[in-house]
Amino acid sequence: MTKVVEGKNIVRDYHIGGGLFRGQRTVHAVKGVSFSVEKGKTLAIVGESGCGKSTLARIITLIDPATSGELFIDGHKVDIARGGLTKEMRRKVQIVFQNPYGSLNPRQKIGDVLGEPLLINTDKPAEERRDLAMKMLKKVGLGPEHYNRYPHMFSGGQRQRIAIARALMLNPSLLVLDEPVSALDLSVQAQVLNLLADLQDEFQLTYVFISHDLSVVRYIADDVMVMYFGEAVEYGSRDEVFADPKHPYTKTLFAATPRADVASIKARLAKKKAA
Amino acid sequence: MALLDIRNLVVEFQTASGPFRAVDGVSLHVEEREVLAIVGESGSGKSVSMLAVMGLLPWTATVTADEMSFGGRDLLKLSPAERRKIVGKEMSMIFQEPMASLNPCFTIGFQIEEVLRFHMGMDKAQRRERAIELLRQVGIPEPAERLNSFPHQMSGGQCQRVMIAIAIACNPKLLIADEPTTALDVTIQKQILDLLVSLQAKYGMGLIMITHNMGVVAETADRVIVQYKGRKMEEADVLSLFESPKSNYTRALLAALPDNAVGDRLPTVSDMLFEPAPSGAAA
Repeated sequence: MTKVVEGKNIVRDYHIGGGLFRGQRTVHAVKGVSFSVEKGKTLAIVGESGCGKSTLARIITLIDPATSGELFIDGHKVDIARGGLTKEMRRKVQIVFQNPYGSLNPRQKIGDVLGEPLLINTDKPAEERRDLAMKMLKKVGLGPEHYNRYPHMFSGGQRQRIAIARALMLNPSLLVLDEPVSALDLSVQAQVLNLLADLQDEFQLTYVFISHDLSVVRYIADDVMVMYFGEAVEYGSRDEVFADPKHPYTKTLFAATPRADVASIKARLAKKKAA
Repeated sequence: MALLDIRNLVVEFQTASGPFRAVDGVSLHVEEREVLAIVGESGSGKSVSMLAVMGLLPWTATVTADEMSFGGRDLLKLSPAERRKIVGKEMSMIFQEPMASLNPCFTIGFQIEEVLRFHMGMDKAQRRERAIELLRQVGIPEPAERLNSFPHQMSGGQCQRVMIAIAIACNPKLLIADEPTTALDVTIQKQILDLLVSLQAKYGMGLIMITHNMGVVAETADRVIVQYKGRKMEEADVLSLFESPKSNYTRALLAALPDNAVGDRLPTVSDMLFEPAPSGAAA
């Protein structure tokens, strides 16, 4: 199997500029994280807010450069701090953001939202862009009648579908999903997760899936990485991590996940009665 | 006698295209020392029905009910002044977005003490003391210093704790928590839920938990009401709801939990709703 994305010892520091009364500080957001994902697989990155998982996502998506470390996409070494980035590389990695209410331009029609990546990155004529956008709308479970609507006319789940469609317009090989379902209802969440699974099968997509919801991770991931204060404290296949969590933080995370099975409800009610 | 008793609640909003019925004939009751969970997806009218109880809906809404009483008092006939005496004191609410619900212009100390000033008539020193005690109760370290912080200086979890502190400031008989953990991480979610349940047990409050997360329901509730499109689909105690759900909608919600996934695909609600709802469930 070919590795679509590989990171070696990725570090990202943020320098917080000093003021008149305060010295400079450095925040180590990501402290030497290594990972690799094979084609058609899903790597899930789990952790609480502020642990550096979104920073890592931005590095993988080639939005921010890493302070040090090496990033390989499809076997090519990429360093956007030096050497810049070709349009070819831009097409390979796309991202879906967390909040579908914030990531779509309210003044842009859905058709234009989907056509824009093609307009910027390719020289396809308007006619062809339109056709491709229509096709993509159908792929993600929307219809051609949605082409001329504005984002405010859609529900959260539909907007997330649009965001996914936009990311797929350029046929990327790697899709970074930054908490794509955490803003959605349970039933809509199931629809979006199904859609992601279908698209992965159809296009042989590779996912880097960022989440703090372990039940979702357990459902969708092949490999799991648990991050805590910028470090990868646990990294392994899904079954390994879920069966035998090693780091104390992973254990706390498992303990904190609400359980919805009948046995644990019985246990809780019995405990309450005893108290 | 039930603490809160609602029968056949209907809430309609005036919109440009005629009246829109957000809540359609919901009946519920909460006893003292009981945790009731109301579950449903967005737009199912779960928040709106509770806002109607609190009297916090805008003027475009018309609220009608056969009965809506709290501790024996008829909420429909209250004058605004009488209502203000109850709301926030005997019946209080924790809102969904902690960051957006606190006033960014005032310190959290001021916002906690404001409730105490209006409802309890405490003097300055008493208020200060009570505010520190409240912050300690909800688990914020160094409470005396944190009283002078502004909401933007605190994390989401801490803001939610402050919201809880404000809500329990006057030892309410009924606490309504509207999606108290939706915006939070799992570890923080666990802490907040534990906090709410322990406070509820300690003071014997009635607690209404509005949520769309079945896991939260399983962890906290005694009794559950499932709502869909403004109607009550099912009411049951928590164990029988999870063991043998009666309505198709509840079954669909439970099946959509990734924990319960069988095979490759998650069943979605729309797969199931084509079946008719069992008769009597919507009553």
